Amino acid sequence: MELDQLYQDIILDHYKKPRGRGLRDPTVASGSVAQVRHVNPTCGDEIDLRVHLADGKVVDVSYEGMGCSISQASASVLYELMVDRPVDQALSTVDAFTEMIGSRGQVEPDEAILEDGVAFAGVAKFPARVKCALLAWMAFKDATVQALAVEGTPS
Amino acid sequence: MTTTLPPLGTPPPGMPQYADIPRLDVAKIRADFPILDREVNGHRVVYLDSGNTSQKPRQVLDAMREHFERHNGNVARSVHTLGTEATAAYEGAREKVARFVNAGSSDEIVFTKNATESINLVAHSMLAASLDPPGDPRLKVGPGDEIVITEMEHHSNIVPWQMLCERTGATLRWFGITDHGRLNESTLDELVNPRTKLVSMVLVSNILGTANATARITERVRAVGALLLLDASQAAPHKPVDVVDLDADFLAFTGHKMLGPTGIGVLYGRRELLAAMPPFLGGGSMIETVTMQKSTFAPPPARFEAGTPPIAEAVGLGAAVDYLTAIGMDSVAWYEKQLTTYALEALHAVPDLRIFGPPTPVGRSGTISFDLAGIHPHDVGQVLDAEGVQVRVGHHCARPTCVRFGVAAMTRVSLYLYNTTDEIDALVAALAKVRKVFA
Repeated sequence: MELDQLYQDIILDHYKKPRGRGLRDPTVASGSVAQVRHVNPTCGDEIDLRVHLADGKVVDVSYEGMGCSISQASASVLYELMVDRPVDQALSTVDAFTEMIGSRGQVEPDEAILEDGVAFAGVAKFPARVKCALLAWMAFKDATVQALAVEGTPS
Repeated sequence: MTTTLPPLGTPPPGMPQYADIPRLDVAKIRADFPILDREVNGHRVVYLDSGNTSQKPRQVLDAMREHFERHNGNVARSVHTLGTEATAAYEGAREKVARFVNAGSSDEIVFTKNATESINLVAHSMLAASLDPPGDPRLKVGPGDEIVITEMEHHSNIVPWQMLCERTGATLRWFGITDHGRLNESTLDELVNPRTKLVSMVLVSNILGTANATARITERVRAVGALLLLDASQAAPHKPVDVVDLDADFLAFTGHKMLGPTGIGVLYGRRELLAAMPPFLGGGSMIETVTMQKSTFAPPPARFEAGTPPIAEAVGLGAAVDYLTAIGMDSVAWYEKQLTTYALEALHAVPDLRIFGPPTPVGRSGTISFDLAGIHPHDVGQVLDAEGVQVRVGHHCARPTCVRFGVAAMTRVSLYLYNTTDEIDALVAALAKVRKVFA
């Protein structure tokens, strides 16, 4: 297996210059916020991730955590992809990403949907690293579902 | 008057001579391990993860194959020839293991699934003794009692005691670690006190490589009347382990880290203690009589071996013990010390590499964990793998140790008798590639 399939330049770039890192308080009062902590028990990687939803859109995804280049870069890519996206589209993007990562290289990723996320296609061939790539994405999904539940609750 | 001195560097007569050093022929040993010839990612494999699981020599594989091909039957219940042969092989393996750790009798050797099960066996038996009315006072724990472990334990020697303490109301206490990765014994007299029921500690750390000197602790354990369990998982494969010398009440280790197969572990227990212990798992082979109202239990070790045991695995472990014994554990220990000295020097020379644990080859094993320039161990391990170098990365099932040193994970190299200095050179060269990728 070729190492550069895994460590693509895009991934290393996101790792060295993470986008959207740091937990942020909502800048607008409306909408709902949920925060989760996800861990990868096999390696001890952790992420705290906060989602702010309003008017059916992802207003912000902020995060803090420690982990390997794959898990850190995938959080950075997630941030770039999700901010300003309609919530239903954001969730289907998570599904597309999950499908690609879990496919062992069988699924051809759609760059129009996943953008920089397609760089992680190579991860699918390294089963030990799949959980690293998915850590932030599973946290995002979890936080979004929680924020939607809060939103759905009549105040 | 002049005296003639021997040439410089030659020990005087009466002292151990250079020729007395136990030696092993690593090339000859490597020829017994077929897997060491394979390629990984276009490179000859460099296996530096024996602390995780060791490779197996042909002699072990052959013994297991021979067992299945010629002697397979169930043990301890058959009158037929195959069952009798299988029983003899299984009990023969028990005798080999007993001799290997210098147990007084093979009845003091219980076969388990692994070291984790060995430790759980003791913890669960103590729980049963604590809950059931006639429990032996040495085994009973409750509120006010204390169990002492250390900050350098594998999770397998932490979680069973946490569970026992939660269920009984006893308190779990910990020895700390010094900055150099040594056990902090300065609190010994306070930590091990008349409230202490059991001290359970590792002989050789699976993450720091620290080889603990247990004599002072054992003395204190005896003084307060507590029990001592030693986790020898990372010791028994690498150096002579003698239960009489160590004065241990219990000793736990596993087969697969000492050239044997997975699925077989060992619990040594002092005979009279095992005899006082309630069973852990119930079922066939561990009973004396069973009625619909009540069962009575067989004497040890059968009491602790419910169900069909790992028979071929025991045979494999017996073959591993034979293999190691033929080489000599002194030779294994000496060779690994030389290798560790070489590895520590080579790693100290790598820029931005920080070793966790003892920095010198004294009182330590060939297990060396490190950080390289803050690069995450998963990334280090991935690049090393691309060069054929197999190391362990992560928290090594010893999270409290990682927390003690302020990291989430470490990269770990663990050496064994089949490793060479060439392989350490390959590791160092591969570490340079890691730096290049993440520069």
